[in-house]
Amino acid sequence: MDLTQLTAHELSDLLASREAGAVELVKAFFARIDQVEEDVKAFNIFTRDRALEQASKVDDKLARGEELGPLEGIPMAFKDNMCTKGVPTTCSSKILKSFVPPYSATVVEQLAQAGSIMLGKLNMDEFAMGSSTENSAFAKTCNPWDLERVPGGSSGGAVASVSADEVAFALGSDTGGSIRQPAAFCGVVGLKPTYGYVSRFGLIAFASSLDQIGPLTKDVTDCALVMNAIAGHDPKDSTSAPVDKPDFTKSLINDVKGLRIGIPREYFGAGIDPEVDKVIRQAITKLEELGAVVEECSMPHTEYAMPTYYLIAPAECSSNLARYDGVSYGYRAPESGDIVSMFKKSRAEGFGPEVKRRIMLGTYALSSGYYDAYYLKALKVRTLIKQDFDQAFEKFDILLSPTAPTPAFKFGEKSANPLAMYLSDICTVPVNLAGIPAISIPCGFAGGLPVGLHLMGKAFDEGTLLRVSYTFEQNTEFHKVKPSLGVK
Amino acid sequence: MLEDFEIVAGVEVHAELATKTKIFCGCTTEFGGEQNTHVCPVCLGLPGVLPVLNRQVVEYAIKTGLALNSEIAEFSKFDRKNYYYPDLPKNFQTSQYDLPICLGGHVEIEVDGVKKRIGITRVHMEEDAGKLVHSGATISTSDVSFVDYNRTGVPLLEIVSEPDLRSVDETVAYLEKLVQTLDYIEVSDCRMEQGSVRFDINVSLRPKGSDKLGIRTETKNLNSFGSVRRCMEYEIERQAEVLSEGGQVIQETRTWDEGRGITLSLRSKEEAHDYRYFPEPDLVPMVIEREWVERVRERLPELPDSRRERLLELGLSAYDAGVITSSKALAEFFDAALDKFKDPKTLANWVMGDFLGLLKAKGIPVQSSPVKPEGLAELLNLVENGTISGKIGKSVIGEMFESGKGAAEIVKEKGLVQISDTGALSGIIDKVVNSNPQSVTDFKAGKERAIGFLVGQVMKETKGQANPGLVNKLLKEKLETM
Ligand SMILES: [Zn+2]
Repeated sequence: MDLTQLTAHELSDLLASREAGAVELVKAFFARIDQVEEDVKAFNIFTRDRALEQASKVDDKLARGEELGPLEGIPMAFKDNMCTKGVPTTCSSKILKSFVPPYSATVVEQLAQAGSIMLGKLNMDEFAMGSSTENSAFAKTCNPWDLERVPGGSSGGAVASVSADEVAFALGSDTGGSIRQPAAFCGVVGLKPTYGYVSRFGLIAFASSLDQIGPLTKDVTDCALVMNAIAGHDPKDSTSAPVDKPDFTKSLINDVKGLRIGIPREYFGAGIDPEVDKVIRQAITKLEELGAVVEECSMPHTEYAMPTYYLIAPAECSSNLARYDGVSYGYRAPESGDIVSMFKKSRAEGFGPEVKRRIMLGTYALSSGYYDAYYLKALKVRTLIKQDFDQAFEKFDILLSPTAPTPAFKFGEKSANPLAMYLSDICTVPVNLAGIPAISIPCGFAGGLPVGLHLMGKAFDEGTLLRVSYTFEQNTEFHKVKPSLGVK
Repeated sequence: MLEDFEIVAGVEVHAELATKTKIFCGCTTEFGGEQNTHVCPVCLGLPGVLPVLNRQVVEYAIKTGLALNSEIAEFSKFDRKNYYYPDLPKNFQTSQYDLPICLGGHVEIEVDGVKKRIGITRVHMEEDAGKLVHSGATISTSDVSFVDYNRTGVPLLEIVSEPDLRSVDETVAYLEKLVQTLDYIEVSDCRMEQGSVRFDINVSLRPKGSDKLGIRTETKNLNSFGSVRRCMEYEIERQAEVLSEGGQVIQETRTWDEGRGITLSLRSKEEAHDYRYFPEPDLVPMVIEREWVERVRERLPELPDSRRERLLELGLSAYDAGVITSSKALAEFFDAALDKFKDPKTLANWVMGDFLGLLKAKGIPVQSSPVKPEGLAELLNLVENGTISGKIGKSVIGEMFESGKGAAEIVKEKGLVQISDTGALSGIIDKVVNSNPQSVTDFKAGKERAIGFLVGQVMKETKGQANPGLVNKLLKEKLETM
């Protein structure tokens, strides 16, 4: 049995029954990493010694006959935009290459509390800006299903590490699809929770009103278990919702009878790959067979989601990223002379082209004389997009679409054309604007590449998303198919 | 030249709030401290941190708004003011833009006996920046500059006036009144020397009789009433000169050079920052419940105007009432002493005379005076009931400041009790009269002044302990029998 192929809950069962030890698990995963990382390049940094030390404490607990929590002793990793005390946190940017946070993100503390074992930090598009992880300043992470293709982004390292069995699960972040689109590209489960459900404290901000941390897992059960660990109110995050969190595993019900699923036709527009379209239609048929009531619907403002997103996200980013100036941490251009040159040179040398493009877009959108026409207009359209969802949810329990219009594309295929790259998030972006939860689950293959089924739910109704996902998963085999990486 | 113009001025006041912790984190706001010790990841603006609003800041803003007769917004929010400066760790300041917490309001001032209402435009909350320490004179002429982030994130209120001020005197009176009010409601320490209150002065001139506004300049970061006065006088003179010569005032931001006593151009309108304000996405908008506002209103302390009014009713002069109510601490001292000593006028004389004089000489604030209100009242009661003379009283209060002992204790220890014993005094009077025959002759010749000299001699003999009224009476009786 290859331990690394198992889900977190399966591994937890092995620990509970003493069929495996925590150190054994960590060693197995590092052996797997040693085997595939050269090809996948999912990690920015490893925390091997720390992981072994933590694991031996879990083994001590097992030796004392104590019971473990559901994620205790389970190897995992964080996208490199979540602050880890004492461990470099770079956002895959030259400007933060030397940054070692003196504090940990709330989610990092929550998982430490749960006893999960961090193996390292995962590559991403610089500052989470991108859809292919090609914008990393450090490495190109490859799609484990086809090493010539991108893993998606911006949580490319996180999904690739889960897909390649380098970790049992990972945490990613999603501003416009950065969990779900790569999850679709690499055939894993990725949930973007409701805005405010998971604390953003310690998540290095890209666009504050859109960013949300979520789980990347091998199945839906693990997704619920990770949500149990990370969801809930955090007094350190003023935008965190003051809601009680449920036990998400209670939603793992294999039944969708009578559930109303809306299919917004705008999500199946031009640009959708015919094979992806076919796979999604098959998934819809499957859900109907399982008893769901499916009906087409319209979300008229969908076409404005991309331009709205590309005003709001860059505007917030232009301000959030202003702090990287070389004054007290991060990259400082050598021999800059005066203070203004230091600012300019440090930022010019420290940021990559996509980050600069968005800072410029955002700065422009917020400039006096343009604010009303761009930023303010975008906020108003954002409200209209939210209303589309509110209206749809009066009629439906969830909405369904492809996660991305195409399967994973090749390196360089879209990197020369930012607009083409942006369009790979066309189905995921409206969800962030509306602040609602959405999940991507494996639902088939197009040309041998994974396709993701995108389910969108009402705010704080992750339960229904998990239930539909779980039912689909229990009645299909797609999530069990592994990339051929390890057996080449 | 100046007579041809009317002055139009408005002021922005930045006051540090006296909360224990900073506006968005739990760090102390205490002044001083080793550099970069009152800091945490949040106020350092490290990657990934988020602000959490200190509720006390909002309460102080509400309190200020109520004291300034403002309307307290039901819905308010924070915005980001974006600009690059090395003392600003996030390179944006979290402030308030279009929905400030307080709107409108006014302050009443009095200049040369004329009362005037000065309008308040708005009051908003924001965070302070850090402090730069340069190896040279300025950031551009220094080899190295250091940043101390201890002040970063200390809560500030910005109070913006209407352009209602028409003279330097009005401006200073307005600022004094504003600072006095902040002091009374205890939202700010108002320690000007520590820079906890700063003023930005907007001034323009227009031909007398015109109702059009002239082009204004803004001079930033003044930190005393004296500087405001000197700066405004200079700036008015400068603008008048430009205008009289047919020139145009340039709309710009200027800075005050205290040493040279002049204002200097900092940046023109064209170079003005575009702050690119937008709503702070890391904080949720505030809905300010009316019950909260009412609770704050109920606990609002007595304000300077009503306190002054009360002292005038007690019979104090306008000047005395003004001095005593100039700071809350002094007014409270006065009230507390008045509780134990019932003559307000005498009390006012002592407070404004010896008491303030001694405090000033020692350089200590009223709050930490070694002589407490009860102590002063005790002393004044001793004078009033004739135990000691007023003159002895003056030396006793000095001794009280030095030793911290009570008045009665000092009087007893030093045997300062006034001699009111007719028998004891008669002997001394006889002696004085006998050894000063000339004065006796003068008195008999109608020179009333001579008796003063004789009283003085008796006081001298008794080391000031004789009851002067009694001495006078006994002397007169003695002389009339001669
Ligand atoms: Zn702090």
